[in-house]
Amino acid sequence: MEREKVIEVRDLVKKFGAFTANDHLSFDVYRGEIFGFLGANGAGKTTAIRILCGLSRPTSGRVMVAGIDASRRPEEIKKRIGYMSQRFSLYEDLTVRENIELYGGIYGMRMKELIHRREAMLQRLSFTSYGDTLIRSLPLGLRQKLSFATAVFHDPEIVFLDEPTSGVDPVTRRQFWEMIYETASQGITVFVTTHYMDEAEYCDRITIMNEGKIVALDTPSVLRQQYGTATVEELFVKITRPQRTMV
Amino acid sequence: MAFVRKEFIHIFRDYRTLIILFGIPAAQILIFGYAVRTDLKNAAIAVLDNAHDEVSKELTQNIEASKFFYVARQLDSYDEIDATFKEGKIRAVVVFPEKMAATITREGTATISLIADGTEPNTASLVTGYINGILSTYSASLTGELTATMPLIMPEVRMYFNPNLESHYMFIPGLITLILIMICSLMTSVTIVREKEYGTMEVLLVSPLRPWQIIVGKATPYFFLSLINVIVILLMAWFVFGLPVQGSIALLIAECMLYILLGLALGILISTLTGKMENAIFISFLALMLPALLLSGFIFPIENMPKIYDYVTMILPPRWFVDVIRAIMIKGAGIGYVWKETLILAVTALLLMVISIQKFKTRLGEAK
Amino acid sequence: MKAVEANSITQRFGKITAVDDITFAVSEGELFGFIGPDGAGKTTLFRIAATLIIPSGGRMTLFGLNVVSDYRELRNHIGYMPGRFSLYQDLTVEENLQFYATIFGTTIRENYHLIEPIYKQIEPFRERRAGNLSGGMKQKLALSCALIHKPRILILDEPTTGVDAVSRTEFWEMLEGLKKEGITIVVSTPYMDEALRCDRIALIQQGRLMGIDTPEAIRTSYGRKMWAVSHPDRYRLLLALREIQIVSNPEPFGEAVHITLHEGTAPEDLNRKLENTGIHGATIKETLPGIEDVFLELMRRKPEEKSL
Repeated sequence: MEREKVIEVRDLVKKFGAFTANDHLSFDVYRGEIFGFLGANGAGKTTAIRILCGLSRPTSGRVMVAGIDASRRPEEIKKRIGYMSQRFSLYEDLTVRENIELYGGIYGMRMKELIHRREAMLQRLSFTSYGDTLIRSLPLGLRQKLSFATAVFHDPEIVFLDEPTSGVDPVTRRQFWEMIYETASQGITVFVTTHYMDEAEYCDRITIMNEGKIVALDTPSVLRQQYGTATVEELFVKITRPQRTMV
Repeated sequence: MAFVRKEFIHIFRDYRTLIILFGIPAAQILIFGYAVRTDLKNAAIAVLDNAHDEVSKELTQNIEASKFFYVARQLDSYDEIDATFKEGKIRAVVVFPEKMAATITREGTATISLIADGTEPNTASLVTGYINGILSTYSASLTGELTATMPLIMPEVRMYFNPNLESHYMFIPGLITLILIMICSLMTSVTIVREKEYGTMEVLLVSPLRPWQIIVGKATPYFFLSLINVIVILLMAWFVFGLPVQGSIALLIAECMLYILLGLALGILISTLTGKMENAIFISFLALMLPALLLSGFIFPIENMPKIYDYVTMILPPRWFVDVIRAIMIKGAGIGYVWKETLILAVTALLLMVISIQKFKTRLGEAK
Repeated sequence: MKAVEANSITQRFGKITAVDDITFAVSEGELFGFIGPDGAGKTTLFRIAATLIIPSGGRMTLFGLNVVSDYRELRNHIGYMPGRFSLYQDLTVEENLQFYATIFGTTIRENYHLIEPIYKQIEPFRERRAGNLSGGMKQKLALSCALIHKPRILILDEPTTGVDAVSRTEFWEMLEGLKKEGITIVVSTPYMDEALRCDRIALIQQGRLMGIDTPEAIRTSYGRKMWAVSHPDRYRLLLALREIQIVSNPEPFGEAVHITLHEGTAPEDLNRKLENTGIHGATIKETLPGIEDVFLELMRRKPEEKSL
């Protein structure tokens, strides 16, 4: 069964002067997949994601995101993706409804449709009673869920998540992953980047970057078996540690 | 004293702040200095010569000959003066009295009227100052000695439009007041609050360092920086404006040190009130810079302010400090004249220091 | 004498109770971990221990010295690393270390042997400003700074947050080494998997302690057999498991869903029921409960206790 590719990367190279941040990366991400992107600090992870999000252009190679060529029309990509990071996603001094409105507005939704969808979303999350609460006074777990719901509010083809569940309590964390599963089952591709390997265990497939190259790509269980480790954490350390020259 | 060393490293690494600290006063002095100088190169003067004798003609020539002025017009009567000023081109009118030469020979002295356009106080002051200079040089050449006990020709200076014009060196004391408040209070509070924001304060507090050690460590570098800045301003005032300090320099520096201490104490106090840098900057600006700016004579002469402000300003240290500095720099006053203000400043400084050390906790404040 | 003894420590900020009646003790030379999510009260508790906050209630002593009344003496013995690495970004690596040595009245040379294994790794960069270091290097420098005065106890607040997996592994190895030097270490982390590195752990949630024990004992305290069920379509699997009567508490856990089965039922029964709902070929394997499983279980139990 041939699955539809949502991200197609072939021989992606990105150089900053003499420094090669991405060295011939090639991988595919399929529709509805939860794809984990792992790497140590400075492994070239951030550079690659910036290219995939249309924020930066590749030096060479072919990068197709949601059917759009990242070297030709990076602006178009931005309309078809969603993004959520731990640090910034919602305005603390706006209410839940105002935040969603703002977000929908940014993506050019019409007011009538926006309000309709917003209320549907609040209903689905059983958030209706929090609609006019300031983000600031929401518990951390609810904020997390809301920012994810906001990131997929405009029905993007791919949503990029940066350390989505680091530091949240185990219950909220599970509710959060359930939301991610649900989103993926609806055909939205979820692209997770994280430092935390226990987070990686939840992904369908993971790729590990080290020194600008992809050094592993498969499902967590296959990789664990292949390297004979019990967790992705051990796997990660095993793969990247000997190659790191210092620190 | 590792703390002081560290603090100096912070300051010197952050060259942008350093430029601001030293650049702003220098730039302000230069801007003022430059503006004043260009005005004076071609200042237009009118002469109303009621004497028409030897002395008046020679004086007119001397004024004309100086590079600062040119005589743009000869007036015929007092009635023309008002109209002349209203045109706005003439900076000053020199009025020679009738039978001037004769009066000098008979009484040994004569008075001329010097009427200046007071709308631009700095220029007006400089104009009268320079004409004064020309007059005394001329007097000296008549008697053959420079140190004539009784000047031959006395100017009677009047300001047109702005009779209450304050001293023309108003802004130097103002600048010192402003700069000191800026460095001491603003910079100290900002550096302390920065440690809170970066979390380094937590570790400092957990260390065996006592609060006063942290405070002294923070304050010392800024104490010296401020002092250097004062000296730079004074030197520039001297070289750019030819404005030497009339009174005792030692006294002036001592007063500045007192004021610096006050400013540092204020800065530390501000830092205990807030944990955010932007708040510290905001409070410093609102509570300290603004009053200092308003009172320094940069914008409004205090004499023209409503009486109510006069009372309000009484509680603000900059007001007293401006008075002290002005008295020492321009009037050459000694400690005998400024003891009251000095005492007020000293008491305030002491009070603030005690409060700020008290308030500077050895623990973290309650979370918001 | 205990390294730390805390009795009914409570801390309120206005209406919020950040730390709620916490009692625990740490032995000298122990590596003790507080495990709990963000906002559980770990930082507040650590600040109390570091003499930075006076608790609203309760009593805490470190080596018999009271954190409130004997704070001055105590501060000579504490090495504290707050959540954000407390480094001066504009000072170089060496200047940072030098500075912390001086304020604690010591020199780098005096205790160099203690920090050597850690500092050696960042020494090649000693001329670099701390602001330009990577997360892992900052963490090592901050630890060196906290150690430079040879403290008897290290209080480390979330030292592994924001640091990559390799640096985290190395960091825990360093703590092992310091433990051998006899230094007591109290550390907090939101990452359940790091719990296994500690001698004993305390699980903390919403300001309350949910359990204290060795990681092993905490895991076995789960008390029931745990099964890991996996299937390529996890979301459908999860929804299906929720509907099956013999399954309790299905929780997604990495690639699998962790469940327990009702008494007297076997995995074969479950498989049959899954087949009935159209999920074919699911694998069901027995697995050991992790710290996170226990944490979830304790969180589930809590509301019941409240209602009693």
